[in-house]
Amino acid sequence: MMPGMIFAISLLALLQFFVSYTRSLIAESRTHQLSDQTRDICGFTAKTARGDQFPRLLQLIELCPESGGDGFKVRSVTLYFRLLGLANGVFRWLMVPSAAVWIEAERGCCAYAAAVALDRRIAYNRTIMAQQASH
Amino acid sequence: MLDPVSYGIWLAVVLTEVISLACMIRGRAFTQHFTLVLYLCSCLASELGAHAILGNSGYNSDAYYYFFFYSKSLLTICLYFVLMNMYSHVFSDMGAGKYIRVGAAMIMAGTAGISYYMVAASSTRLITNFAAELGQNLYFVAVILTYLLWFAMAKLRENRTRVLQLVLSMGVYVSLSAGSFAIFNLYPNHDDFWKYYFPITSMWLPLSWAYTFLKVPKDARLATAKVLAPNS
Repeated sequence: MMPGMIFAISLLALLQFFVSYTRSLIAESRTHQLSDQTRDICGFTAKTARGDQFPRLLQLIELCPESGGDGFKVRSVTLYFRLLGLANGVFRWLMVPSAAVWIEAERGCCAYAAAVALDRRIAYNRTIMAQQASH
Repeated sequence: MLDPVSYGIWLAVVLTEVISLACMIRGRAFTQHFTLVLYLCSCLASELGAHAILGNSGYNSDAYYYFFFYSKSLLTICLYFVLMNMYSHVFSDMGAGKYIRVGAAMIMAGTAGISYYMVAASSTRLITNFAAELGQNLYFVAVILTYLLWFAMAKLRENRTRVLQLVLSMGVYVSLSAGSFAIFNLYPNHDDFWKYYFPITSMWLPLSWAYTFLKVPKDARLATAKVLAPNS
């Protein structure tokens, strides 16, 4: 009885803490201006991004070597994106259309954060290549 | 003896703790967040102790079982020190440092008293899963304390990004641990799963702290509302 209750309360607290933590990671990305090249690669026309662009961005990120330990952030945002996908399915089943709008906006924020990570990796790799060329 | 997978995980845990410690020292957070350093050093000592016991007695021994759960309980008490440090950071602008210290001492004394009562009342049950129950309860108290701190931060509109991320990552860890211990108490007979699960989850705090001290500047600010309200 007691372990079951503790598990249920802890699960709810975990969800809330994790969502807030990931949002704090994503919020930091919102102030970053993407380079024109990254915009072209990602297919962004405005500052906003669509959730369906996230899987492609993740593939592109995996192609670029990691720059200064941003892997932790990328993994956290990916987990949050998957949780949102799960929540989307649950809310559709419960027929709550207003939740879908919020979830799609959040998935778009995840995609933008991924684009920022990609932008930073591209810039990092360019610097490394320029350094190698100068030697 | 450790199998190759367990050994790899053990090595990864030790490495993340050492890296996190290095990031804190590099970020000059040694004095400001001394309790975090203390916690990481305790974790490292615990990992080394666990390795020695595993080498002598093996994974399925009583010695390792009790060492694991009682060291986790001691580490949770170290986490309380970290929490009190966070409380003092959040309430520092209000000049409430004295009250925080008194409150911290009372919570510590209360926790120690309750734990002593639980151990004294259950001395006949020490050969059962009491050790795991103690860990579950201590983590659950930590969940409540972290939640109260997060609530206070939201009300006070705390905007230091480092403090925000440190508190939230701790909230993730303590709630994950409390939930895991609760499930362990319900289903304790899955050793092959738990022996990998607990070490993997223990990497969360060192990794998130390393990220915060490495990537978030000391003077970075982030409105709490951006973390709380949808799409603000």
